Amino acid sequence: MRTVDLGALGLDRGAHLLVRHALAKAEVGARVQVRGSDPALAIHLRAWARARGHGFEPGPPPIVIRTSLEDGRWCGAVAAGHAARPSEQASASWGLAARGARVEAGLVPLEFPLATRDEIWTDDAARLYARAAAAQWDPETAINWAASCELPDAVEDAVVQVMTYLIENEVAALIIPARFLARIHPHFREILQVLAIQAADEARHIEVFTRRALLKRDAPGLSTVGGQSSLRTLLEEPDFALASFLLSVLGEGSFLSLLWFLAEHGPDPITRQITTLAAQDEARHVAFGLSHLQQHAAREPGLRARMANAVEQRFSALQHTAGLNEEVFDALVLLAAGSWEPEAIARGFDAVVALRQDMDRGRRTRLARLGFDAEAAERLSSLHTRNFM
Amino acid sequence: MRDQIKPNQIVLGAVAYDPKVVTIWEGFKAYFADQDLGFDYVLFSNYERQVQAHFDGVCNVAWNSPLAWLEAERLAARVGRKARAVAMRDTDCDLTSVVVARAGSGIERVEDLRGKTIAFGASDSPQATLIPLGWLASQGLEPGRDFNVVKHEIAVGMHGDHVGGERHAARDLVEARVDAAAMIDANHLAFGADGTLPTGSTVIVGQTPTYDHCNFTVLDGIDAALLDRFVNLLLGQSFEDPLVRPLLELEGLKKWLPGRTSGYALLDDAITRLGTINAWLDTASANSDGQSS
Repeated sequence: MRTVDLGALGLDRGAHLLVRHALAKAEVGARVQVRGSDPALAIHLRAWARARGHGFEPGPPPIVIRTSLEDGRWCGAVAAGHAARPSEQASASWGLAARGARVEAGLVPLEFPLATRDEIWTDDAARLYARAAAAQWDPETAINWAASCELPDAVEDAVVQVMTYLIENEVAALIIPARFLARIHPHFREILQVLAIQAADEARHIEVFTRRALLKRDAPGLSTVGGQSSLRTLLEEPDFALASFLLSVLGEGSFLSLLWFLAEHGPDPITRQITTLAAQDEARHVAFGLSHLQQHAAREPGLRARMANAVEQRFSALQHTAGLNEEVFDALVLLAAGSWEPEAIARGFDAVVALRQDMDRGRRTRLARLGFDAEAAERLSSLHTRNFM
Repeated sequence: MRDQIKPNQIVLGAVAYDPKVVTIWEGFKAYFADQDLGFDYVLFSNYERQVQAHFDGVCNVAWNSPLAWLEAERLAARVGRKARAVAMRDTDCDLTSVVVARAGSGIERVEDLRGKTIAFGASDSPQATLIPLGWLASQGLEPGRDFNVVKHEIAVGMHGDHVGGERHAARDLVEARVDAAAMIDANHLAFGADGTLPTGSTVIVGQTPTYDHCNFTVLDGIDAALLDRFVNLLLGQSFEDPLVRPLLELEGLKKWLPGRTSGYALLDDAITRLGTINAWLDTASANSDGQSS
């Protein structure tokens, strides 16, 4: 007969672990003798065994007779796919289980609308997440907030206006991945992680842009109906692939050019520093969007047509709005000019024109990577919102 | 009242000692519906009302505490009917209660309790009051004469289904308001694990012999085929079945067993000795006679 010795340990202090361990190794029907010096051992063991469906004899020493009743819990249990690679379709009956975990049968199905691998997956997700996790920066220490930032009033106003515009765009860029995050089956862990860190990136950008806007002023600048209408069309896109295409590939892609522009032409070191850091983050967001859409398009031939339609529809929805507001455009010119000198304004204006050309080139390049021919890429890029994002 | 039960329908009586009782019997109702057994349930606020209602025909099966079982059995004998226990949980079999004292208090044997104060649960709790009192009496210690009794009248009418009385008794002991306390074996373990009784703070002075707990009770006159079907469905419920398992876990069992009545002798002796249900029995049998006449 098997024997387990609990020493002085009582069942009220964890001795049940030893008994359970001994029973796990015993055959059904086997008798396991339990020795120990706790005076309550036989009393507690009786209650413990009874609650678990095991037989009991008081002894001394007391004996637990192993039954299979407790094992019944794992009858019909299924593996939540394989740990190493996500399944084509994640099951609602896996719930929140870790990928590859053994899931007890009878779980009330937990429905996640995005549960098909082809719709969301990219093999790059783990790598992109790791890169993002390693590249997180602390707004407090990564930026020299004490740096000299004395600008002419009008240039400071221009910076505040651009920051105001950046903030509302980044709010949209936070909300969109956060919304889809809650709809994706957690079986696709790496995708959740990428979207979560993307949302965290945007939260940080909102923080630093707000801090820069309020560095010298009591309030941010202006927010226009046209600008918000453009962002609203992004928020209202229910399809993950299309939202990702419009936001990450076209919107954040264009924003990359804008942030690099600000990193180069920003009139003060703080503006240059925060836009440099934000651009590095945004580049990852664009890379993720491109990566999963490339994989998706390879499996769904009709996806490119859907993406093109989405651009057309968004264009139609926005064609009666003002697009980029004059306040932002003028602020970009003035910010790049750095002064009211006509020559400086001319330089600033040329720089903003070059920025728009750069945005267009970037969009066409990314569209080509998604398999659009040059003509389609040029047309779709030209239809992209004048609000940049 | 009897007409409220449809033919081929089990109407179960249960006491609502906890909100989970609704979840449990709603679950069973859905399960029996899937098995094409007509099933409904009626909840009562206390066991005495349930037993009386069972005899009045409001329900035809009662999920009875051990005391309610004895009430039904004795009432049946009074009014010329017959009560049977048809099924019970595996966890209803072979329970024990313990009387514990503080470690180092000098109380180590039952005899040491003489002249002391002992905390119990509610007056109608089989495990925390009646069986320990009866057992102490059988050891030569008469309650009130040989030791003082402190009861915790929490949820009276629920026959100790509510753990509150036992927990209060345990706290009384730890905080030295009493010299000893009575509780079911499983609660002594649970109170140790959850810190109510700090590890090593108590010694077990005595343990009662084993006794049984709840059962499904029926009275004569129930349709035999209907009852067979009900009992067979219960006995066929498997812990392996993911649809049934949550119900079994809520009700605290791994499998149903055929009813047995051999485990109620300790309680029977105790209530005879203490006269616990005599007054109720007189009233209930008068009511039932009135019903039947």
